[in-house]
Amino acid sequence: MNRSDFSRRHALFALAGLGVSIDFMSGRAYAAADGALARKKVIVVICRGGMDGLSVSPPVGDADYQGLRRNIALAGFGEAGGALPLDATFGLHPALASVHRLARAGQARIAPAIATPDRARSHFEAQDVLESGGSVVYGTASGWLNRALEALGPERRVSALSVGTTAPLILRGKVQAASWSPGGQQEKDTRLPGILQDLYANDALLGPALASGLATEAMAQSAMTAPSAPPQGGDMMDAQMDAQMNAGGEALRPVLRQGLPQARSLGTTLAGFMTQESGPQVAAVSIDGFDTHANQGAAQGQLATRLAYLDAFLDGVAKGLGPGWNDTVLMVTTEFGRTAKANGTGGTDHGTASTALVMGGALKPGGIIGDWPGLAQTSLFENRDTRPTLDMRGLFKGVLAAHMGVDRRALDTLVFPDSAAIAPVQGLV
Amino acid sequence: MATSRELKAAIATNRFGLGARPGEIDAARSDPEGYLLAQIQAGGADQPQYNPMPSWDRINQFRIFQQDRRQGRRQQAATGAPAAPRPGRRAGPNDPTPPERDPVQIAGRMIREGTAVDFLARFRMGARTGASFRERWALFWANHFTVSGVKLITAVVVGPYEQEAIRPKVFDTFENLLISAIVHPAMLLYLDQAQSTGPNSPGAAYVRRELRGGGLNENLAREILELHTVGINGGYSQDDVTEFARALTGWSVGGPNERTERQGKFVYRGIIHEPGDRTVMGKSYRNTGGDQALAVLRDLAASPATARHLATKIARHFVSEDPPPGLVAKLEATYLRTGGRLDELARALITSPEAWEPQAHKFKTPYDFLVSTWRTTGTEPNDIRNLAPTLTAMGQKPFSAPSPKGWPEENATWAAPDAIIKRLAYSEAFAAIAANTMEPLATAQATLGAMLTEPTATAIRRAETRAEGLAILLMSPEFQRR
Repeated sequence: MNRSDFSRRHALFALAGLGVSIDFMSGRAYAAADGALARKKVIVVICRGGMDGLSVSPPVGDADYQGLRRNIALAGFGEAGGALPLDATFGLHPALASVHRLARAGQARIAPAIATPDRARSHFEAQDVLESGGSVVYGTASGWLNRALEALGPERRVSALSVGTTAPLILRGKVQAASWSPGGQQEKDTRLPGILQDLYANDALLGPALASGLATEAMAQSAMTAPSAPPQGGDMMDAQMDAQMNAGGEALRPVLRQGLPQARSLGTTLAGFMTQESGPQVAAVSIDGFDTHANQGAAQGQLATRLAYLDAFLDGVAKGLGPGWNDTVLMVTTEFGRTAKANGTGGTDHGTASTALVMGGALKPGGIIGDWPGLAQTSLFENRDTRPTLDMRGLFKGVLAAHMGVDRRALDTLVFPDSAAIAPVQGLV
Repeated sequence: MATSRELKAAIATNRFGLGARPGEIDAARSDPEGYLLAQIQAGGADQPQYNPMPSWDRINQFRIFQQDRRQGRRQQAATGAPAAPRPGRRAGPNDPTPPERDPVQIAGRMIREGTAVDFLARFRMGARTGASFRERWALFWANHFTVSGVKLITAVVVGPYEQEAIRPKVFDTFENLLISAIVHPAMLLYLDQAQSTGPNSPGAAYVRRELRGGGLNENLAREILELHTVGINGGYSQDDVTEFARALTGWSVGGPNERTERQGKFVYRGIIHEPGDRTVMGKSYRNTGGDQALAVLRDLAASPATARHLATKIARHFVSEDPPPGLVAKLEATYLRTGGRLDELARALITSPEAWEPQAHKFKTPYDFLVSTWRTTGTEPNDIRNLAPTLTAMGQKPFSAPSPKGWPEENATWAAPDAIIKRLAYSEAFAAIAANTMEPLATAQATLGAMLTEPTATAIRRAETRAEGLAILLMSPEFQRR
């Protein structure tokens, strides 16, 4: 075929068929054989910076909570700006209204004292351990979610997508995962992708990345027109500042937190990808801005704004997936929690255990996941942090085993190396 | 392994620099190492050519804005009427427009225009400079001591911070650069040091009562140890972090209600300094007030762990994620032998054969990629409007590294499928405009020299249009790497 005859769409799909990006294609090919398993979805949301578990799921019923948290403590159930009740001890942050609604329907649970095996309180080390799934830092250069796909083997090719402009460690590895972020449309008819595909033929880094990128961009066209996607616009920020900054163009975006409609729209777009036939069954999303050393606020303020963003995103995903939500388990995790006691600057410093949110229509209703160690001084880890009672790998293993059908031996060795002693959490799905 | 001089000339401009401008490879050919060594200069890196408002003034103006806004809100809440703007506000000393009175407008303009102007000035200098190794060296250290614009107040000062704290010191000793970066108000604000208070200091009760603060914040202490000096495996404990944080208390930034010469500048507040001697990493430090933390910084700079950490980081940045052990060892030894002289480190890097191996390992970051596309043309951009959104889409928002660790080094981070598509879209658009005046194959030869491969040259020769040929050059594996 003459290259210049390619229409854009043809070129994209033809290229998609050449490279490793057949991830998307194979999803379709095996759908019939795998039946229900081929519809299962797993989404991992990583809240970077060390999300404060004691604010995400405040233990307002714990006798020590108010004393430790003082001016950043959330009020009790039923009070103005108070926590939204889960059980006698725990509530959810008032900004997490959508999560709370799901929790009341039995579709969201908390793991309130969960941690990775890392104890260094370093963002970078802890994120590495969280995403690599290793038992020690920098133990492996690939991510556990990627190796989980590898473990499913060639018979069951499952495709994966990360949302964001750079590739997160959790999805790096042998299986080429797609990545996508808004705004990259290639509009014109062009020969360039084909020429580059040839030039990259022996390039192990660029070849697969280009093929995957082109395939995903084609998919994005339909995902973004998903019927549930609301219009863009609006912002939580002080309207005056916002208008000025927007007028100044993109250089200013870094100082702004994106607004709730954007967050919801990102969620529905991700859902749009995942509900397409042959769309990705596994996705990873990063949300940053949780490193609240100073002025983190309580019912309102810095952290509340981030949690509202997270809540809108999660709501977008849940609603956008429609019936697909019933086949989904979504986990919200972070690299570590924060000090139990508020620090001197209205914030909290790097700590140990935090809260994970486990959500989805596939989830079995139940109480908290793992044990609650309490906040009494003697219970705190090294006299300062929430004590971990659950290894995060146990949660991940529980979901991968029961929901995706990854076998135990692969979980103990390939996916989470040297982790036979960490049992999968039971009864999640 | 002997690398030919032809290839070394191409490597000098691409791996060590920001990409070859027209004629640059020819200039480097007779002595590629000497070409780079000549770029080391005692006075530090170059400064972007413009007249920026200094950081102290920006910080001060911004804090006045914050104060007024708070006051306005309180007043509005109390009376229902918006507060009248305070009179007498100054705009920047080099500001051609008449001073505005409304602090909201001043702050907005500072963020909107100031930051964009800072960034464009730096970018243009990168596109234009004939000493692009010197510029890379400065950018490396600016990234090592990242201050990110993720907070409103730091967003207005990232540019001046680099100019004031980093650029003058990049060929000085590491100790001097470290101190210069850490005591800069931008760093003190970015890592929450400015408000950290010794819990047993005389001022603690006041701060608790009046400012609802009054305690220690260990953020800066931790990042100095983990990121700036000895590194995560440097042998420190949580107790060392806390002790160091106590030593740092009192290092702060002068507020808008203080004397003019203190406003927006580093100040030491003895009244909130934690009393007592401190022990950090096994060494005891007498309570010498503001100098206590300085003594800790000096010892950290002299630590062999710091030498190892920096040597590895430099090698990973300039040569390979998996750096040649011989190169790391040479840099480390140089650091220890010269007392951490950064000009000597640069010389050691340039004169190490391991740094010149033909295989290009590093994938350009989006910023370096964009600068190098402009350098192929011998021109520079004069407008930020396309630059900033492009960088943001590729994952490198101007002045907004994702964390204090700075921008990542890993190829895999930058070569995500989505990012490749964005580079492709950019290259097509850039080539469509730039190609009118350029001959693609000649440009490829001038830009890549002996690094240009036969398949890429062939593809460029077969291109149907100049624009297509230039886009192929920009997206070629050898242009994307260094």
